[in-house]
Amino acid sequence: MNPQHEPTLVVDRLTTRFAGRGGSVAAVDEVSFHVAPGEVLGLVGESGSGKSMTGFSILGLVDPPGEIAAGSIRLKGRELRGLPAREWRALRGDRIAMIFQDPMMTLNPVLRIDTQMIETVRAHRRISRDAARALARDALARVGIPSPDERLRAYPHQLSGGMRQRVAIAIALLNAPDLIIADEPTTALDVTIQAQILFEMQTLCRESGTALIWITHDLAVVAGLADRVCVMYAGRIVEQGGTAQVLETPAHPYTRGLLDSTPAANAQPDATGRPQPLRQIPGMAPSLKELPAGCAFRPRCTRASDLCGQVPPAVELAPGHVARCFHPLPTVPEVKP
Amino acid sequence: MSAQQPAQTAALQEAPVKAPASGSPRAPLLELRDIRKIFGARPDWLERLGQRLGWLQPAATVQALDGVSLSIAHGEVVGLVGESGCGKSTLGRIAVGLHAPSSGKRLWRGTDLDALSDAERRRVGLGIQMIFQDPYASLNPRLRVRDLLAEAPRVHGLIDRPSETDYVAALLRQVGLDPAMAGRFPHQFSGGQRARVGIARALAVKPEFLVCDEAVAALDVSVQAQVLNLFMRLREELGLTYLFISHDLGVVRHLSDRVAIMYLGRIVESAPSAEIFSRPAHPYTQGLLAEAPTLKVEKKRFLAIQGELPSPLAPPPGCHFHPRCPYAFERCRFEVPNLAEIAPGHVSACHLNSA
Repeated sequence: MNPQHEPTLVVDRLTTRFAGRGGSVAAVDEVSFHVAPGEVLGLVGESGSGKSMTGFSILGLVDPPGEIAAGSIRLKGRELRGLPAREWRALRGDRIAMIFQDPMMTLNPVLRIDTQMIETVRAHRRISRDAARALARDALARVGIPSPDERLRAYPHQLSGGMRQRVAIAIALLNAPDLIIADEPTTALDVTIQAQILFEMQTLCRESGTALIWITHDLAVVAGLADRVCVMYAGRIVEQGGTAQVLETPAHPYTRGLLDSTPAANAQPDATGRPQPLRQIPGMAPSLKELPAGCAFRPRCTRASDLCGQVPPAVELAPGHVARCFHPLPTVPEVKP
Repeated sequence: MSAQQPAQTAALQEAPVKAPASGSPRAPLLELRDIRKIFGARPDWLERLGQRLGWLQPAATVQALDGVSLSIAHGEVVGLVGESGCGKSTLGRIAVGLHAPSSGKRLWRGTDLDALSDAERRRVGLGIQMIFQDPYASLNPRLRVRDLLAEAPRVHGLIDRPSETDYVAALLRQVGLDPAMAGRFPHQFSGGQRARVGIARALAVKPEFLVCDEAVAALDVSVQAQVLNLFMRLREELGLTYLFISHDLGVVRHLSDRVAIMYLGRIVESAPSAEIFSRPAHPYTQGLLAEAPTLKVEKKRFLAIQGELPSPLAPPPGCHFHPRCPYAFERCRFEVPNLAEIAPGHVSACHLNSA
């Protein structure tokens, strides 16, 4: 593991609210975590859990009617909340970069790759076009794009989906940022291409000491990639800890439910060769507008009691392993009857 | 729809749709034989003339399917796995009859579908239904669920007006939705519920065979688990047969009796589910299995298959997989390997099998 000195990013009780007709809802609710240099943090949750909104909040990309209502975001000790727009622009793409699920959100379809990459460098540094082009070429080579000189002259539509995502990653890496936020960047890609990109991201971040937040709905992707994992549900982080702690000995019933819902985990068929039905989580994710009081998972939880009507505090169950639950599962592997 | 005759609809209703999967002999329900599909505009006479005189390049064609044979027994669940562009969706669409194959035969219970009259083909076609990936795109946003579900059986004369409400209510209950939701529009449902509506619509014409094209790919894990359980329950209750197309090996492993792996228009390996996941024979299957993310916490070295899927516009000669294959040798570059049986029920197309 990398030296755990000062974390690159510290997010403390971050709350992002959206105002609507029926009052405001908290898309991100008192979220706290930190990422160290070279560390990969997996931010896992289902749609509507607030994982992407957490990423957007860190980048200062929350537009009205949304606003960051409380909390702090510190990048290398510098408070980002309330920064003027000009300073945000200097920061984004330079110190913090983002990779989106759809690379066409990053790439301009009518500009050649080199134009876009050189622009990214020269927006933040006083550097000649040729030097910028050389940087762009190196970045493409680093993310495993064959014959980068040719690719520089290509337009985005001339590249395959995997190649486009690699270009988007190369653009994110251009200015050697302190932090990269990746929002489901491999979800739309094939398994073999996803595997290549995961491998490259892992190596690049280790080598350059860039902190990486990997936002995904897929626990399996996180298992092979992240050092630590945060599981989000209805805007709150319900569990966080080392990847092995969270995935092998989950404490929160929601994490357990997610793991049981993943077909790969239940791969062993029974004696008849027919797989058992998946142990599904009953019900469906609540709307943020009608969240139950207290623990938001309470109506779907088998362990819920009256106590769960209050918001459960974050409890450290093992070093670094925190869950927000009054009735956490035992963190030693359970012996199944 | 004038071709629908009462005699035929009566015959359909009596069709043995509820035959239990275990009791019936494993005869192929649907057989696809040596299917080829080439996409690309057929040149008109001017273009043909231009090509003959060497003024024009021949238009690019994509061979989406290159001699694929697949037979699916009654009550069987076959998983079709491959990366994007390998032709798995095209094969699914041909199975349902949404595309016509360029060459090859479709046999339904041993009868050649292309030899049937239009009316007969339409009647048989009711038995094969498709469930699409994106219920947003495949459900008409302006129709209430009631009409979405009742339209097809009404058109095909399966139900009459008075029984419509009960029919729709029964369908909704079957897929785990509240019949009170029949008056809603698609946008008033969550993603998982919309997927259920899509399934109910396919079931509305009492099919025996469902082609599910990435039917759970867009769903969250917890919702996906619920829908997968629904698929398994419907299979038991209605004796359904599935062709389950997916890129997700975990889903396929969970659901399928048999798995076929496709690569660039060809089936490269096919075997019973347990066999293919424990003893994959083809290097591509091995690579896919090695690279599929699992919940095992280990720092993986993600490095099994290099490179990308080649363009189907210009597939490599010989074995399509050879440019990415770690074991490729001379013969792979020229000669297309045939599917050969390497264990009972386990076929693989690789020169290593005979080397």
